[in-house]
Amino acid sequence: MSDARQIAIDVRDAVKRYGDFTALKRISLSIYDNEFFTLLGPSGCGKTTLLRMIAGFEDVTEGAIYLYGKEIEDLPPNRRPVNTVFQNYALFPHMSVLENVMFPLEMMGKKGDAKRRAREVLELVQLTQFANRKPSQLSGGQQQRVALARALAPQPKVLLLDEPLSALDQKLRKAMQIELKHIQRETGITFIFVTHDQEEALTMSDRIAVMSAGELQQLGKPTEIYEHPRNMFVADFIGETNLLEVSVDSFEAGRAVCHLGGGHEMHVDAVDGVGIGSKVHLSVRPERLYLTDVRADPDALPATVLENIFVGTNIMTIVDLKDGPNFTIRAANSDRGNARVFDAGSAVYVNGDKGAARLLVD
Amino acid sequence: MAGGASPGGSATTDTYAGARNWLLMPAWLVLGILSLAPVAMMLVYSFLTKEFRGGVIWEFSLAAYDQFFFDRGLFGDEPPRIEWTYISIFWRSIWQAGLATLMSLLIGFPTAYFIATRPEKVRPIWVFLITIPYWVNLLIRTVSMKFLLRDNGPLNDFLMSTGLIGEPIHIINTNFAVQLGLFYSYLPFMVLPIYASVERYNFTLSEAAADLYASKWVTLRRILLPTVKPGVIAGCILVFVPSLGSFLAPDLLGGAKNFMIGSLIEEQFKGSAGNWPFGAAIAMVLLTMVLILLLLFARQQARADREAGQ
Repeated sequence: MSDARQIAIDVRDAVKRYGDFTALKRISLSIYDNEFFTLLGPSGCGKTTLLRMIAGFEDVTEGAIYLYGKEIEDLPPNRRPVNTVFQNYALFPHMSVLENVMFPLEMMGKKGDAKRRAREVLELVQLTQFANRKPSQLSGGQQQRVALARALAPQPKVLLLDEPLSALDQKLRKAMQIELKHIQRETGITFIFVTHDQEEALTMSDRIAVMSAGELQQLGKPTEIYEHPRNMFVADFIGETNLLEVSVDSFEAGRAVCHLGGGHEMHVDAVDGVGIGSKVHLSVRPERLYLTDVRADPDALPATVLENIFVGTNIMTIVDLKDGPNFTIRAANSDRGNARVFDAGSAVYVNGDKGAARLLVD
Repeated sequence: MAGGASPGGSATTDTYAGARNWLLMPAWLVLGILSLAPVAMMLVYSFLTKEFRGGVIWEFSLAAYDQFFFDRGLFGDEPPRIEWTYISIFWRSIWQAGLATLMSLLIGFPTAYFIATRPEKVRPIWVFLITIPYWVNLLIRTVSMKFLLRDNGPLNDFLMSTGLIGEPIHIINTNFAVQLGLFYSYLPFMVLPIYASVERYNFTLSEAAADLYASKWVTLRRILLPTVKPGVIAGCILVFVPSLGSFLAPDLLGGAKNFMIGSLIEEQFKGSAGNWPFGAAIAMVLLTMVLILLLLFARQQARADREAGQ
């Protein structure tokens, strides 16, 4: 990321404690202007707490939050130029769709212009024909759009989205993911999106902050986080992975020689923080592996096929490594690749692309 | 009223179709004996002729209603003029009950809100505390209030000892004492329905309002109140209606000057000076009035809902 980009939200050393429990352990991160930024992690990791601190619903125990250079952590929510799309939408049940969207505009004293602006935003989310309905008369997906329109109407500097798609069914969810992304580009508003769904995060985000147990685990572009997970947690949480316990014996030309059980060796790109003698984990993505019946690569590992599972776009093969755990291999369901499917019980070799295996710090 | 036994009204199977009428009997009996029969009796009595030492003569007469609405002079031979005595008692009762309802609302709403926002575990304790005074008989509580409010009672003693006032405030036998008595008698009827609806309120709505630039006051007025309106209305009805017909508080705390409908009715059935048909007629007028008020209100409510639903 170039430093020339303007910072929209700057969180500095933010700590959140509830009594003895620390929900956020000193987090610092910068979110750039016009960015689609995602806070990703399992439930209880502190992502929603951080979002609510930016919105102003939770106070900051320690640290500071800046919005375009202005310190905001002491401002009440109604004085912060950020808006939230709530997980359960929080639409006002006694108001029509149009009144819901007009509400923030009226609160800002833009009475005269409110109706025109509200209709404009409803058009953006394609809900013009439902303007006079009550929220209870809309489907979940439509309610979701109303919540989005209402939060976008006052043209906030930053839009906060708290798992807004979690109540929608799979298909609608996928459609909304793409639509949200389009709306973000169209409006140019900075989006901070909270989700526990790693696939959703990878699909939509410019950058992702992976969180766990109140700590920031890794921050980066989706490809960085997927291809170069920094630690066990990230490797395991993002996508599928095969984990292998190894010890590092020596280094050869910038590559670490990893010792596996049963006398096998693997050569893997070295990473900072892993020295000789370390007992660490290797992460290998299932789609970066393929099977052969003869040893083609000196690093290939002998295994026995346990079962093949057909999952539509993929064929998933589970093998039992001769001197290790079970591995999962994914092959595209297509004739173009040279992947072969072996029957259960066959003796095979597991091969990886160069750079398929990653050393993990801790 | 007849809807209870209507066939095919719901999606339930007809397993109990034959037994339904029998199973509903207890409900019909309670409703019939305790609610419809007394009202019917009152209606009949109000059209009978009075017996001088209480009781009635079984002879049709409009005298009771005539006495309520018209003044025909001491000997009943003057041209009828409108009788204001009873209408003004009615008016005063409405006013007193209205103020008592307003007081209950002003105190009851924050109380209910407070309870509903406590942690879930302690809410029942607060509700329990609210209802404790109501284990004591209403008469005893009202007499105790009379004692508390006396010119040289504990309240005035306390206020004088703090130096806030130089001489006792005269509360007893005023309209205010009656309002206070009614307020105290029926406060839980305000708190409980409001509590029930605030408890069901989704507080994320308040967060959303704050997020969308609304102040706390605007959030209360435009989001919370409209959402919990049914509870507020139920509370107001539950306090207003019994206050209107109450006789203990006006009798004991208001003195002779601050007569209310309840006392007027009570008087007609007490001792040998009573007039049963007249008492029944007043009760019928009161009942009619309350029914009309509730119907008007329900209609207005339905219209508001229809308009909002468009």
